[in-house]
Amino acid sequence: MDVAIVFLPLIGAIVAGLFGRMIGDRASMYLTCGLLTISCLFGWIVFFDVTAGGNVRTTQLFTWMDVTGFVFSWALLVDQLTAVMLIVVTTVSAVVHWYSIGYMSHDPGKPRFFAYLSLFTFFMLMLVTADNLVQMFFGWEGVGLASYLLIGFWYKKPSANAAAIKAFLVNRVGDFGFALGIFGVFMLFGTVELVDIFAGVEAKKDATILFLNGEYPAITTLCLLLFMGAMGKSAQLGLHTWLPDAMEGPTPVSALIHAATMVTAGVFMVCRLSPLFEYSETALAVVAFVGASTAFFAATIGLTQNDIKRVIAYSTCSQLGYMFFAAGVSAYGAAMFHLFTHAFFKALLFLGAGCVIHAMSDEQDMRKMGGIYKLVPITYAFMWIGSLSLAGIGIPGVFGFAGFYSKDVILESAWAAHSPIGQYAFWLGIAAAIMTAFYSWRLILMTFHGKPRCDEKTMAHVHEAPPIMWVPLVVLAVGSVVAGAIAYNAFVGEGVAAFWGQSIFVLPTHTALADAHHAPLWVKLLPLVMALAGIGLAYLMYVLRPGLPKMLATRLRPLYELSFNKWYFDELYDRVLVKPAFVLGFGFWKSGDGALIDGVGPDGVASATRLLSRRASWLQTGYVYHYAFAMLIGIVALVTWYMYRRAGG
Amino acid sequence: MLEIGLGHYLGVAAILFTLGLFGIFLNRKNVIIILMSIELMLLAVNINFVAFSSFLHDLVGQVFAMFVLTVAAAEAAIGLAILVVYYRNRGSIAVEDINMMKG
Repeated sequence: MDVAIVFLPLIGAIVAGLFGRMIGDRASMYLTCGLLTISCLFGWIVFFDVTAGGNVRTTQLFTWMDVTGFVFSWALLVDQLTAVMLIVVTTVSAVVHWYSIGYMSHDPGKPRFFAYLSLFTFFMLMLVTADNLVQMFFGWEGVGLASYLLIGFWYKKPSANAAAIKAFLVNRVGDFGFALGIFGVFMLFGTVELVDIFAGVEAKKDATILFLNGEYPAITTLCLLLFMGAMGKSAQLGLHTWLPDAMEGPTPVSALIHAATMVTAGVFMVCRLSPLFEYSETALAVVAFVGASTAFFAATIGLTQNDIKRVIAYSTCSQLGYMFFAAGVSAYGAAMFHLFTHAFFKALLFLGAGCVIHAMSDEQDMRKMGGIYKLVPITYAFMWIGSLSLAGIGIPGVFGFAGFYSKDVILESAWAAHSPIGQYAFWLGIAAAIMTAFYSWRLILMTFHGKPRCDEKTMAHVHEAPPIMWVPLVVLAVGSVVAGAIAYNAFVGEGVAAFWGQSIFVLPTHTALADAHHAPLWVKLLPLVMALAGIGLAYLMYVLRPGLPKMLATRLRPLYELSFNKWYFDELYDRVLVKPAFVLGFGFWKSGDGALIDGVGPDGVASATRLLSRRASWLQTGYVYHYAFAMLIGIVALVTWYMYRRAGG
Repeated sequence: MLEIGLGHYLGVAAILFTLGLFGIFLNRKNVIIILMSIELMLLAVNINFVAFSSFLHDLVGQVFAMFVLTVAAAEAAIGLAILVVYYRNRGSIAVEDINMMKG
């Protein structure tokens, strides 16, 4: 069954991708969707088998590499951590597949699209079931490839191509770190099998690495390198610039890859390698610091963006930050919990935004929307559910949306870590919480309320999404509402140890998650109060006093500009990295390749030959008697020389 | 009475050869003349062969002369055939016009 879960999507991808033309659009769509749905059902069965039955197992497929001492196989490791990822990936992927049938109905490249989606799912499943680092890297690169293909799916759009290349290149930076980390792990432990690595950590915790005459603590160095990979994939501060641009891809792709699954691979990786990270306080602090900073930073940008998908993209970035600082304070369960709930409500928000874009005739600018909530009631309801869950609204002790539980437990863990970095994360997290609520309701109010700001033709065309699009969303909506309440106990509550089993390792001294439940009341209530305040503020600014946003923007010009221009990260990278690289490349191309290699090499030889032959052809007149004359002179000269020699010799 | 010796034969042959040579170089008109001149040179060589053969009492020279005649005949046939084709294609066999080999 494990094998079927992973390889059914691959079969779908191969059939739809290679034979899509032969079997037609409909067949390839329903085939990939069907296989994915089966995979999803199996995923849930395995999930209950593993988590309830504690049936952790590894399925060996075949040996991949066997070079003296460097041995690893293709194997599917299914433990509790993997099981959670399995249901997240297969469920969201199945929903997105069905949804895409409606969303992509006008697109000519359907088989290609579905093949890519299924291929992505396969790689993602390969990543989460890896039992060694190399296989994880295989999946890691594979999802990067699928992401590249899907961002650039509309390959006729130059902006989509640019975004795809950007995503690929920025991810390379992170992957470089990841690869170095794997090399380092092999150097230190002599193996890449996760089981063997985890068994050896304790013994190696004081080991050091020599590098350029410096001696560094080995575990910390490795963790930081591996975390660099996670930062790239999960769009953390510094390597986040590709994620907003990735919104150039079709909306289902944004929901599946850039919200629910691929970008959470980094969080998954940190949780998976928890036995390694636990032994390095420094690395954990860095993880928490980067996560908290990203949560805050991305939220500030989300406040001012006007593209509906970009707002959600920055929101994703911010929520990933939450997950990381949860992992950074050793609350891996909380990180996975938020990953789990976030997958539901963020995919819901993205697919809801897709419905809006679909209804508005491919308009993504929120300034040109408004006043459509009566026309698209179902979408409107879904967006409310998603936003309530994202903002973390709920009644403490009674019931809350999914995000309410997961976000609260993260913030409480950060507070309960009782470390400076925990405090830093807690307060930035609180600040991000108010901003999250604000931009979520800004999005809802700008999109659905107020006066219509689009032209009449678009307005007349606004229509509710077809059932094939909104019915799958019901699954996500239900998840967004109840996932938190149902899973709370198992993921982070009393059942935490039983639920996660051996898959997550926490040092006994790291008690943030356990202490989180004993946080004071104000810590528990603060995120909720902040969320409500954010909603209130959005209501004030966009409904009661519509002039206020503009006034604030002019009054706080520098801050507004900073946020609107995404803290000038793109400009900075452009100035520092891209431009010099262009200049350097241009120089190499013109002087190195063009002038030197081509000039001396092929072009030089060719032109020298041409020159010489032109000179030589001047000797030719073409008259037969000239040639005969030359021959005669030659004969005379030869005979003369011969006779001279005879006479002389 | 003048004894006609080897020298005379060789003299005639040399004169013929030189005539042929000049026939090639000084002729500005017609390719056929070039062909005829080549024939003339071959004949001059033939005279040399026969003269030496008789002088040295060696029949091989005369056998060789027969070969040269055969080759000359074949060459003349081919040459004329080429000329005919050439004329059909270019409409002229004037020597000045035949200069496509200059490249």
